[in-house]
Amino acid sequence: MEIVDFIAAIEEEFEDLNPGDVSPNSVFRDMEGWSSMHALIFVALIDSKYDVLLNGDELKSCVTIKDLFDITFLKINGGGANT
Amino acid sequence: MKRLANKFDLGSSIQYLSYYLPQLAMDNNLLAEQFVGKKAKELFDISGVKTRHVAAKGVLGSDLAISALELLQKEHPNFSLKEIDFLIVSTLVLDYNSPTTASVLHHKLGLSSACGTIDLPQGCSGFLYSLSVAEAMITAGNARNVLILLGEVPTKAIHSEDIVLRSIFGDAGAAIVVSENPTKSIGKFTFATFGDGFDFLKVERGGGRNPIDEAWIKKYSDQENQLSFGRIEMNGLEVLRFALKEIPGFLDQTLVKNGLTLSEIDFFIFHQASAMILKSLQRKCNIPEHKFISNFEDVGNTVSCSIPIALKKAAELGNLKKGNKIVLIGFGIGFSCIGTVIEW
Repeated sequence: MEIVDFIAAIEEEFEDLNPGDVSPNSVFRDMEGWSSMHALIFVALIDSKYDVLLNGDELKSCVTIKDLFDITFLKINGGGANT
Repeated sequence: MKRLANKFDLGSSIQYLSYYLPQLAMDNNLLAEQFVGKKAKELFDISGVKTRHVAAKGVLGSDLAISALELLQKEHPNFSLKEIDFLIVSTLVLDYNSPTTASVLHHKLGLSSACGTIDLPQGCSGFLYSLSVAEAMITAGNARNVLILLGEVPTKAIHSEDIVLRSIFGDAGAAIVVSENPTKSIGKFTFATFGDGFDFLKVERGGGRNPIDEAWIKKYSDQENQLSFGRIEMNGLEVLRFALKEIPGFLDQTLVKNGLTLSEIDFFIFHQASAMILKSLQRKCNIPEHKFISNFEDVGNTVSCSIPIALKKAAELGNLKKGNKIVLIGFGIGFSCIGTVIEW
């Protein structure tokens, strides 16, 4: 699991994003037109791609795309129950 | 006591199905006018819905159900209400807390006094719960023709500034007749309840536990009906997590119970909860896109009416062929899940 693939999946999922728009340090809540629904899209995307279901606290703890990647990576490697 | 064998032990099928949408079709342009600074495209991006229908002031779910029944009678002139010996009504906004809305509709429709009536207000699972009871009543020999009436007016329990819920939900009615049939075309049902999720999707102040009081009426005095039917509150993340966590396994259980595999199914119709949930479940359950029926963007989430509407629209488009096997999965408030397989 590489962060470049993670970012590519995000850029593919959002119609308004082009390749290169997102970097590991991008603050996802600052993305243009951000709403709570976009957070749900992240959760659904991560679940579908990595079989990891983030919960509300985990989502709240993330600020950047790298944070999302790290917590997903941690859960894949047994660093948290998939609840 | 030995039960007599009887001709009702054969099976049941969906005989007739019609739905009704209120006249006011609120597209994203119309809805966007009510939110300062919002554009129609943003509302579509939020919800995946192009149009949702909104019932007029004073119109309740039972009224929409009757309108659907009137359409059914027009579409099937040979159908007679005299044949109905059991009525099931599913609506989240009841006419009265008591008696049942089914009793009220029994009177309005002039049904036989020998006709049984129950309410099954099971939200988005309401249609399939009603279908399971209808099927059980018929196969047990307790009824021959069951009328299921569904009517939903979620728009009356949504705060006018709640952009997400107003984008997603729409009002509708549906009428379904389930009859005894020598060829059993309704399969076995699977059920699941995750009651620990009851608080994540609910109609707040809709009942006796925490009733509407003066402060509530004052707080919502600017709303069309002071939210006097209660207010729908949804934790979108938890609803999504519930669907993603439970529905794929639940689909497998439904297939196993009916002795079928995924590849043997012609079509899948899931409760039309939200565009994102549908897309995610289709991916996660490995359902080919052409087999996954969705009309969410045309009507939004119409609660118990969503599966019947999707079924009817698919039939009208000529997509369903006789003998097709269709998986139906309902899920929602409770949290509840129900699934079955029907043969068209």
